[in-house]
Amino acid sequence: MNSEAIVKETRAYHCLECGVCTSSCPVARVNPSFSPRLLVEKALFGFGDEIVRDRDLWSCLVCGRCTSRCPSNVDYLSFIKEMRIEASKLGEKGLFSHDGILNTIMELQSLNLRQKRTFWITDDLEVADEGEYFYFVGCLPYFDLVFGEGGYCDVGLKPTDRARNTVRILNKMGIKPVVSNDERCCGHDLLWNGDLEGFRRLAELNLKTIKKSGAKKVICLCPEGYVTLKRDYPLYLGEQDLEVVQLYQLLADELEGGRLNFVENGSDNPVKVTFHDPCSLGRMAEIYEEPREILSGIPGIELVEMERNRADALCCGTSGWVNCSSCSKQIQIERLKEAEATGADILLVACPKCGIHLSCAKYNSDIKIDIKDITDLIVRAMA
Amino acid sequence: MSGEFEPNIVGFACNWCSYAGADLAGTSRMKYPPNIRIIRVMCSGRVSPAFILEAFQMGADGVLVTGCHPGDCHYIAGNLKCEKTMETTGKLIDVLGIGKERLRLEWVSASEGSKFANVVTDFTNHIRGLGPLSGKSQG
Repeated sequence: MNSEAIVKETRAYHCLECGVCTSSCPVARVNPSFSPRLLVEKALFGFGDEIVRDRDLWSCLVCGRCTSRCPSNVDYLSFIKEMRIEASKLGEKGLFSHDGILNTIMELQSLNLRQKRTFWITDDLEVADEGEYFYFVGCLPYFDLVFGEGGYCDVGLKPTDRARNTVRILNKMGIKPVVSNDERCCGHDLLWNGDLEGFRRLAELNLKTIKKSGAKKVICLCPEGYVTLKRDYPLYLGEQDLEVVQLYQLLADELEGGRLNFVENGSDNPVKVTFHDPCSLGRMAEIYEEPREILSGIPGIELVEMERNRADALCCGTSGWVNCSSCSKQIQIERLKEAEATGADILLVACPKCGIHLSCAKYNSDIKIDIKDITDLIVRAMA
Repeated sequence: MSGEFEPNIVGFACNWCSYAGADLAGTSRMKYPPNIRIIRVMCSGRVSPAFILEAFQMGADGVLVTGCHPGDCHYIAGNLKCEKTMETTGKLIDVLGIGKERLRLEWVSASEGSKFANVVTDFTNHIRGLGPLSGKSQG
């Protein structure tokens, strides 16, 4: 395999061999045989064939810490993505967790099947079939069935609570969002696991569904969905006449404009919370302050920061449902302990996957900190 | 290509009861439709939802899982585990739009060759009635 094109495209030839990437890498900290610098070096010396056959290619969490710190501006994320696409062509793939069930669910959605994915909508929620705003729900309904009560990997979660919370928040803002049964997985995981064709199929179907609804704005809660729709859809399918917004941006604007207010949640003692920045919301989308602004607007909440926050935040340890290993667990436990060390009662997450991964790690440990989604607190504070 | 739709059915049969039941049906020369492709598993409890989803993804129109009768499991309770798994998998394939009616769980013991033949015949007719899984990638 010729790695020259990838080297050029991702500016890997600028590499100074300084090793900032490897020393920033959460995987390299727990698995010394994994080295982002070594992977780039191999590509520079023309050993692309070795990279695409290397199991460690799939251990990268694509958390973006190396990219954000690289003094030479090497686009390490795209480097990994392109290498994985090349590796996929040779039939290589990562080791899927949960028997590969989540990956199969994503791939099945590219078939022409009539899904029943809106089962989570309750009577008090106002949604529409057509309108200006499209709420892109993402994988939440499937996460409910896999990680919820009685599910295949029951860790006692109810991810669709986030979807209900989102619609409640939007309704409060006077928005009646479109929610569709024809929505598909956004394709994020397929793309980052090297399945470019699968990603394209899902993306095309999603764009068709969104356009059919007449929506001009797409609202995402899931940060991975947001980054994929906003950055990767135009990148691979051309510019779209769509505005993609993250719920927290929308909410922060409403709060600033005074159109939305929070009320006391009843308790006298302030609840101490800490916030885990998801890689895709933070380093990828650079949305750091909006969730914090929202939290500071909720009465009775005190936000304490973890040692590593914002651009320095630690990844939740697994991505794309591949190569979840003892290293992942170590990273997750490290993060949970860091959260506990702040003295907070609640660890707030903003990404459903972070919530699942951290809850899974907590399940097998003696860590006590409560893990909640940020929307849980928002909805409780809305009158 | 003949005009009538012939479904593809994937069957999972446990080593200790149902596979032996299928064998008995065969050695007793009982007739049942050739649409089923049987995969032997050591226990029906081994059948993961991922196997079932993958079968549908690869072109199956129906999936039949067979195991020992409750109380007869070689591994004490694998079949009961399977029963639970099938329930949640049913929900999952319903939401995916495949439809839970395309998945069936049956108990077949090693001595029930005729039951095995009947179950396969019945399920094949049932899937034939439902028609092909729409949107299937291969014909």
